[in-house]
Amino acid sequence: MLLYILKRVLSAISVVIVTLVASFALFFLAPTDPAGVICGPRCTPERVADIKASLDLDEPPLQQIGAYMKGIVVGRDFEAGGTTQHCAAPCLGYSYTLGQPVTKLLAAALPVTVSIVIGGAVVYLIVGVLAGTIAAQVRGTTLDKAVVGTTLFVQSIPYFVVALLVALYATFLPQSGYHPFFDNPLTWASGLLAAWLCVGLTNAAAYTRYSRASMIETLGQDFVRTATSKGISRRRVVYRHGLRAGLTPVVTIFGIDLAFQLTGAIFTESIFGLPGLGQLTLRAFGQYDLPVLLGGVLVGSVVLVVMNLVVDIAYTFLDPRVRLG
Amino acid sequence: MSDQTSPAAPHTVTRVARTPAANEEPYLEVNDLHVQFPTADGVVKAVQGLSYSVPLRRTLAIVGESGSGKSVSSMAVLGLHDRRVARITGSIKVGGQDVVSMSDKELEKYRGGDASMIFQDPQSSLHPYFTVGDQIMESYRAHHNVSKRKAKERAVDMLGRVGIPNPRRRVDQYPHEFSGGMRQRAMIAMALVNDPKLLIADEPTTALDVTVQAQILDLIADLQRDFGSAVVFITHDLGVVAEIADDILVMYAGTAVEHGPVNKILGEPLHPYSWGLLESIPALTGEPAPLHPIPGSPPSLLAVPSGCPFHPRCEFKDRVPDDLCRTLRPELISRTADLGRTSRCHLKDPDRVFETDVLPRLP
Repeated sequence: MLLYILKRVLSAISVVIVTLVASFALFFLAPTDPAGVICGPRCTPERVADIKASLDLDEPPLQQIGAYMKGIVVGRDFEAGGTTQHCAAPCLGYSYTLGQPVTKLLAAALPVTVSIVIGGAVVYLIVGVLAGTIAAQVRGTTLDKAVVGTTLFVQSIPYFVVALLVALYATFLPQSGYHPFFDNPLTWASGLLAAWLCVGLTNAAAYTRYSRASMIETLGQDFVRTATSKGISRRRVVYRHGLRAGLTPVVTIFGIDLAFQLTGAIFTESIFGLPGLGQLTLRAFGQYDLPVLLGGVLVGSVVLVVMNLVVDIAYTFLDPRVRLG
Repeated sequence: MSDQTSPAAPHTVTRVARTPAANEEPYLEVNDLHVQFPTADGVVKAVQGLSYSVPLRRTLAIVGESGSGKSVSSMAVLGLHDRRVARITGSIKVGGQDVVSMSDKELEKYRGGDASMIFQDPQSSLHPYFTVGDQIMESYRAHHNVSKRKAKERAVDMLGRVGIPNPRRRVDQYPHEFSGGMRQRAMIAMALVNDPKLLIADEPTTALDVTVQAQILDLIADLQRDFGSAVVFITHDLGVVAEIADDILVMYAGTAVEHGPVNKILGEPLHPYSWGLLESIPALTGEPAPLHPIPGSPPSLLAVPSGCPFHPRCEFKDRVPDDLCRTLRPELISRTADLGRTSRCHLKDPDRVFETDVLPRLP
């Protein structure tokens, strides 16, 4: 098990490195001009050259990527205007436009996104799995059709429309905004409630459908019939024997979904005014802010490979037939 | 159906039935059972007017091809059909109580207690995520108000009784850590954990290889002797039938076509469908000869043929006058002086037809 995790961590690191190199390459291949953006409209060639030098943009890309990687491991010194600024490991550089360390920006944005996504996930898992399981049990009835119809309807509306409608009309919900959890958990929760409901209820549609399909299949399995033949209650048959097996594929989808949502909560963050990772990278993208952009990519790829690992490990607990070694 | 047949040549079986059936009180009594499934294409008549009975300590084998209603009728006996989907009429009396009219709560108490079932494929019939012991304990605790520790003792005990070596270690293992035969033994332990008086075995040896099959059959026979239960054994393997059954019920298109003691039915069957079953068994001695399958295929249960449901495939229907086979459904009646056996056929002299036309063709 430990050896397996070690192997997976090594392969995860290589995935992250490849992602970073690819992002670097894409950045330099594209017609980007961060120095020009920073310099503004009234700019002289000398000034642009100065900025380029201070950002190390005048060096060859390969050297830049080397310095970047080295900074993550051992830290890095930046020289600007005669002063030297030390950036401790893990150093992801300074934002071109905000002048702050990228690590600090990420550390501020990540909790916001994680709060949105985890809270939303709690809502859509509970609502989705429950609705799906109930629909599977009454398959073909009016209730089942109503559930399926509702999920179809919700899924056909683009997410940002739903989010906008919630933000505009669900005024009975507390004012949305981010307050750190450790300051006051109550204000944290009330500020995120609208976002949670929006993320939760829209994603619940998909989870209802996954769980329904999975449960219909599971409830038709021989071992469910065996469980019924033992003389235990229908509830126990469905929730202990059926759900246990039916949830396994849902867990797989959930792991991948969670990773994507952590990196792509842009709509939710923008519409509910929450300063998360999505907003941070989107702004960086518009301003050719390479260090911040790379920081976002780094976090995204790490989250993705970690979630994959977590799903695989969760599987060994869910399904005893899967043995890691 | 011939691929699973064991070497026993059934028509030469000379074994005597263990005890006479006539004066024994039946424990399971099925009367005019109908099971129908309304579907979008029409009503599937899976079981139509099935009646049989089994006393304690006796084994009834139900044989027939796929779709003959043998599994569907047996699931009805255990009350396993979803009653929102299946339409069940008639009566199924088990130890005096009628399963068909039970409430959901009564059914829960009944299932796995007085009656239990061994399923065909132990690989898919055991839950892959729970240990074998856990699954046996659940069965026991559903019917006995005992502590987990007591239930586990019972599970270990049962695993030992069904011949699983080292049961104390095995009880904490998962089904995938068991071999196919061991899994079926565990399944049997689970079915017998509450000392059921009625045991239904639905093709319990079909998924196992031949040597393991024999062990499992012996095990079921031994346990039946110990527990004194009534056993309904569903199979399509006539070799297995000769091995284990006291009586045979041959089913075709959802109904009984022949019923009687095993040596009589296998030695001198009276229904053309039973003849066909015997003829389709390959000879394992002498020159390899082509098999004699029954021509045609089993009827659709959406549109069961008129008259005798077997008539489209019957080579003897011309011997019955007036096109009777096509127009009139024969009754299940006593055909010979033997009171213990019945068959459903219009032929006037089936015993003579068997001797002159069928017997010479048997391997």
